Amino acid sequence: MTSSTEALRQAQGTGGTAQATERAQATPAVHVAGLDRVFTSKQGSVTALSGVDLDVAPGEFVSLIGPSGCGKSTLLRIVADLDSPTDGTLEVFGKSARQARLDQDYGIAFQQAGLLPWRTVARNIELPLALHKVGLAERRARVAELVELIGLAEFAGSYPDQLSGGMQQRVAIARALAERPRLLLMDEPFGALDEMTRERMQNELARICGETGAAVVFVTHSIPEAVFLSDRVVVMSPRPGRIVSVVPVRLPGTTRDEALREDASFFSAVAAVREALHGAPPAAARGVENR
Amino acid sequence: MRRLRAYGLGLLGLVLLGVVWEVYKALGPAAGVEVGGRVVLPRTSDRAMPHLTDIAGRLLEPALGRSGDPLWQVVGHACLFSLKIAAIGWVVGVVVGMALALLMQRFRLAEAAVLPWVVLSQTVPLIAIAPLIRRWGSQVHLGSYAWSSQDSVAVIAAYLAFFPVAVGMLRGLKAPDATHLDLMRTYGSGWRTTLLRLRLPASVPYLIPALRLAAAAAVIGTVVAEVSIGLRGGIGRLVIEYAQAAGGDPAKPWAPIIGAVLVGLVAAGFVALLGVFLHPYRRSEVAA
Repeated sequence: MTSSTEALRQAQGTGGTAQATERAQATPAVHVAGLDRVFTSKQGSVTALSGVDLDVAPGEFVSLIGPSGCGKSTLLRIVADLDSPTDGTLEVFGKSARQARLDQDYGIAFQQAGLLPWRTVARNIELPLALHKVGLAERRARVAELVELIGLAEFAGSYPDQLSGGMQQRVAIARALAERPRLLLMDEPFGALDEMTRERMQNELARICGETGAAVVFVTHSIPEAVFLSDRVVVMSPRPGRIVSVVPVRLPGTTRDEALREDASFFSAVAAVREALHGAPPAAARGVENR
Repeated sequence: MRRLRAYGLGLLGLVLLGVVWEVYKALGPAAGVEVGGRVVLPRTSDRAMPHLTDIAGRLLEPALGRSGDPLWQVVGHACLFSLKIAAIGWVVGVVVGMALALLMQRFRLAEAAVLPWVVLSQTVPLIAIAPLIRRWGSQVHLGSYAWSSQDSVAVIAAYLAFFPVAVGMLRGLKAPDATHLDLMRTYGSGWRTTLLRLRLPASVPYLIPALRLAAAAAVIGTVVAEVSIGLRGGIGRLVIEYAQAAGGDPAKPWAPIIGAVLVGLVAAGFVALLGVFLHPYRRSEVAA
């Protein structure tokens, strides 16, 4: 862990946490105010998002959680400028979403790893760098750091079809980090993984985020996943998608490790998020749901 | 090892075909098998079905008279002649097919406007367009370059070859899934970069079979067009010429048929070789 932390610190230029606190006073990573998204089709119009307000501080980990169709993915896509709002304000690091996209201010990962099957792990990770004309030597150095960070150094020359689902997703995360973005957007990146791989990936992601100091907007429909990873959990309701409540889970900077999953504070936060999701406390204690 | 097995099986199939031929010839009724007054299997006389050894032996004898070039050499020359025209037709067809696919991928309107015509073009019988192309071609004069019948044949070969390429390539260009396209957009990549880095590589698994079909179409187009245009020197002409000699020399017409098969095999082999070079792009994606 330490070697990769150091590699990353060097890569980031300065200490991750120092940078994060410095930026906390500055512009928020994501600023959303009064955002609406209405899909219009021949069959009529569907309000996917209505009056969404959300600020994500630099270095903060925020999860969006809610049932299917609550617009959480739509919100993420709008922040990524893959979709545009019908109404409302959206700023990413004080810029328009389009400008932030063009400036490569964020890295993104989807539910499908979306690796290019004809490129090796290393060449997949360096894709954004190659597209933006980063020199070969710098590209190599960055890829070496990243495969180390995701623990796949010996697979750098492998092709995606030779990797397991979890490994592919790790490569996708490394690719999202390639340009040292200050913001990571993740759309159910572990949704297709089995439970054990999923928990391991959550640990990995918590570590990686701690090391890079990047802000994260993380879409999920798993309550424990959201609670484990996040500083704040944003609970959304469907049709029209709106924010029901924001559950503060813990102060930024707390370490997340296996012990946390057994901690009483973890269970109470899970209960709090579930309550917010269902509108009322569950009738009977049914034990901890793991998804 | 697996490749060796594939070759072995291919060879076995060929041997089996020969065995079936000889066994039917030996055991089948002389007048052929009839079902309800229709002949469904050929007669087994030496005239209709010469022994394989006779067909092979005939290749070594002179094509005409008692001296002169042996038959295999004459057929070989014709094969090379046809292969060259087919190759030109294939290249032209592939270039046109790819260009059309790119156009259709880039502009929705072009797809709506062009694709029906691309499909329709293949329903026009070759026999009908061959004289047309020959007549139009004869009016073409590019500087000192004079249009020849060979060019007409190549154009017809291209006419058949462009179709699978246009359709296959278009499908390949549209193959990348939404995640990949979103990703390219987040990188701020334009159409050209997306084409080069994503769509073209993704189209290779669709393109290789299309190129193989195009190669077969180019060979068939060449042989048929040689006959309809009346071009001498190629395998198509030999097929017709030797068929007329079948009465007195039943083994002879099989020589150009074998030649045509060989030309097709060479064309398919060439595409297979291309596929080897494009191997990294043929990895299938495994969902995470």
